[in-house]
Amino acid sequence: MVEFALPKNSKVQPGKVWPKPDGKNLREFKVYRWNPEDGKNPQVDSYMLDMDNCGPMVLDALIKIKNEQDATLTFRRSCREGVCGSCAMNIDGTNSLACLKSCAEVKGPVRVYPLPHLAVVKDLVPDLTHFYAQHRSIEPWLKTTTAEPPAEWRQSHEDRAKLDGLYECILCACCSTSCPSYWWNGERYLGPAVLLQAYRWLIDSRDEATGERLDNLEDPFRLYRCHTIMNCTKACPKGLNPAKAIAEIKKMMVERRV
Amino acid sequence: MSLRTPLGTVRGLGSAKTGTEHWWMQRVTAIANLPLVGFFLYFIVAHLGAPRSAVVASLANPLVAILLALAMVSMLWHMRLGLQVVIEDYVHGAAAKLALLLFNSFYAAVLGAAVLYAILKMSFGL
Repeated sequence: MVEFALPKNSKVQPGKVWPKPDGKNLREFKVYRWNPEDGKNPQVDSYMLDMDNCGPMVLDALIKIKNEQDATLTFRRSCREGVCGSCAMNIDGTNSLACLKSCAEVKGPVRVYPLPHLAVVKDLVPDLTHFYAQHRSIEPWLKTTTAEPPAEWRQSHEDRAKLDGLYECILCACCSTSCPSYWWNGERYLGPAVLLQAYRWLIDSRDEATGERLDNLEDPFRLYRCHTIMNCTKACPKGLNPAKAIAEIKKMMVERRV
Repeated sequence: MSLRTPLGTVRGLGSAKTGTEHWWMQRVTAIANLPLVGFFLYFIVAHLGAPRSAVVASLANPLVAILLALAMVSMLWHMRLGLQVVIEDYVHGAAAKLALLLFNSFYAAVLGAAVLYAILKMSFGL
């Protein structure tokens, strides 16, 4: 059955309250901490930051904490401008990229947790192995049988435009880990991010493996666990619409049989 | 701990190459339910408190009996498809899942047979 309560060793405990820095414009950050090496339950540490002396985004705050207060705080980040997808986490109850989420958008203390329903490696770093393997399973590359042209595979402007709203996905996993169906059946359900990628290759006019790709998706769990909950579209920090991409795949499934 | 590769785990037993039929029939029965459930509710309300003889008299009209029978088939079919999804979503133990899926099918079939028998019987004035 679906488990609504966390296992005993995952129950979150109150954590350390870190000393306040000087400053007038103080803001509290409650951050999920878990260390695989100390054998303790996860805990939520409280940090105070002077926002007059800190960048506007949640990632700025996390970097400041790591630099100035607690060097053991662990999280992924790279580009700090919404291109790499590394800093996906659950902020104020919503999956987002820490670099695109402004602290000013959050009311009260800023609560920062790892992406939901994934195994945690440490602190805010989730294990995305399965997610990446699912992406690999849809074979996200051009597949053709026709002999390769001397130059590039050509595509009309109209056909190229069909990839807009799909190619921008950075695989941050915010959408998939916001989806209840992915929480309950993530081992078999591919989830919104991977299905959006699948659709990106399904409608690429240059690709010759459309039927094969649909065959691989036609499965009660891989595709049809999507129940149009729409959390994915709400969560996407890039403003994409995975729910629509999934609906389009379902339409293609019907189209090839009626 | 499994030493299987992540890709091997994801590929698992492969695609079932089915699922569209289920999804499509849920939509088809949903559309059929719109008029049929309306008729069913109208029939119930129109006969509230009426004696059995009045119901039997209404069901003597073949149109009424056929519409009622279609409503039952469509509703039960839709119910079976919907509950199947709920079970697959939330029940993860292999044995419990199989048992519930079987029960779901048998329940709908038995209920359908009983309801159709009752409609036929009354429709023929028995």
